[in-house]
Amino acid sequence: MTALAALTGHYLRTSFANRFAIVFGAIQPLFYLVIFGPLFSRSGVGSWDTLVPGLLVQLALMSSGLVGFGVVFDQRFGVLERLRVTPAARSTLLLGRVLKDSVVLLIQAAGIIVLGYAFGMRAEPVGVVLGLLLITVLSIGMAALSYAAALTIRMELFAPVMSTLVIPLMLLSGALLPMSLAPAWLDVVSRFTPFRYAVEALRALFAGPPTSPTVLWGVLVTLVFVAVGFTIGTKVYQRENT
Amino acid sequence: MIHVRGLTRSFGAVEAVRGVDIDVSKGEIVGFVGPNGAGKTTTLRMLTTLLRPTSGTATVADCDLFTDPAGVRRRIGYVAQGGTVGPFSGVGEELVLQARLYGLSRSEARERVTRLLEELDLAGGEKRTAGQLSGGQKRRVDIAMGLLHRPELLFLDEPTTGLDPQSRTNLWGHVRRLRAESGMTVFLTTHYLEEADALCDRILIIDDGTIVASGTPAELKAAHDAGTLDEVFLAVTGRELREGAAA
Ligand SMILES: Nc1ncnc2c1ncn2[C@@H]1O[C@H](COP(=O)(O)OP(=O)(O)OP(=O)(O)O)[C@@H](O)[C@H]1O
Ligand SMILES: [Mg+2]
Repeated sequence: MTALAALTGHYLRTSFANRFAIVFGAIQPLFYLVIFGPLFSRSGVGSWDTLVPGLLVQLALMSSGLVGFGVVFDQRFGVLERLRVTPAARSTLLLGRVLKDSVVLLIQAAGIIVLGYAFGMRAEPVGVVLGLLLITVLSIGMAALSYAAALTIRMELFAPVMSTLVIPLMLLSGALLPMSLAPAWLDVVSRFTPFRYAVEALRALFAGPPTSPTVLWGVLVTLVFVAVGFTIGTKVYQRENT
Repeated sequence: MIHVRGLTRSFGAVEAVRGVDIDVSKGEIVGFVGPNGAGKTTTLRMLTTLLRPTSGTATVADCDLFTDPAGVRRRIGYVAQGGTVGPFSGVGEELVLQARLYGLSRSEARERVTRLLEELDLAGGEKRTAGQLSGGQKRRVDIAMGLLHRPELLFLDEPTTGLDPQSRTNLWGHVRRLRAESGMTVFLTTHYLEEADALCDRILIIDDGTIVASGTPAELKAAHDAGTLDEVFLAVTGRELREGAAA
């Protein structure tokens, strides 16, 4: 417990020492919000209430999806080995990082929601809070997978591979334009990506009572995603690095 | 403190360590000497639970390496060859984190870090980032990382590479003092045979993954009718450890 608190605190302090990086991690969804949002809300496709939930999932993919970078540096400079030789469990080493990532994501997401309200989003506060919770959970799975990828693929490939992977996943989730507009084949492909369910659950949560089957599905899929992501992350963290 | 039999490790087709036996008693300072690629780091990484041996048995600090790696980790310190801190990280912050992972409370950790930095001639270094330190200062920060929890057994992988003569002598003094004060056992690698001679009670020479000679510096010199360990090394391996070292 001491170890986890020390690690999470350490990573948070390090992150907050560079506030610019926290804003920068959310830069893509911020651009979409400010530059694409005004167009979208007048396009007849949907309103701010449709867009903002999508941007939150984009945020989880972009921000948490690229956190693995940090561990690449830790590996290169011997930090990872130094931590691995302490009695702290290797799952704790991962969890400390991931908890920091979820706090950062929560702050970024809150910023986007506040801006969304400023632009004219009308969403249920209760739904928004539950939505933040859902997106935080999603980000834990995403971050764990990001670390697993960073420790598995070659260092110089990590950034290109992840950013290439994240874009189709984001588009397929319907984060920008709802999948209700999609042709049948695209709709089918989209159903195989976990993020679609999160996007739809978030939209449902923002729109009304948190009791619809859409919300339930989103929560279920996200929980499975986190379980899988964290298991893979722990496996990779426990592997020796040669 | 260390009992190892038949330890091997392969990386694919490369047999980095080919069946080493090591015995180290409590309170000994043992030097592990050999040329580049001999298998020193690989052996240390196995003994510190970072690499899984391909075969062999080992007890390290009274814990079985295979069944109780967590016990091993609690009792040992390890200073890797390649460093422990990234260039942008605050030295104090990283040291305190490391101490807390060994179970020290926040205030204990801070106190210990301040003390240790003073002892290693880095007083006040907490506030700097590793990138602001010289190579030798950074190396001393690495060494502090391994000492935070006062381990019973300390592994040092080339602790003095990159240190100036004075820092080297200071570090030797520090290692000797730790042994005198707390009975700490030290297992270190080095390329400097005169350092091994001056500092170590016993020396193991490893070449190409096998231990080719071992004994106290005096025993080794007597056995090979040599005046220096460099000559011993030449006699045992047919090579010089460093260009011109035995000349
Ligand atoms: N992760 C690895 N993957 C593949 N081969 C490795 C790996 N680590 C070490 N080796 C190989 O194992 C052998 C022993 O390497 P090791 O690092 O143990 O040598 P060393 O004695 O520490 O050398 P140096 O004095 O240069 O530090 C070398 O041939 C090296 O190339
Ligand atoms: Mg080495």
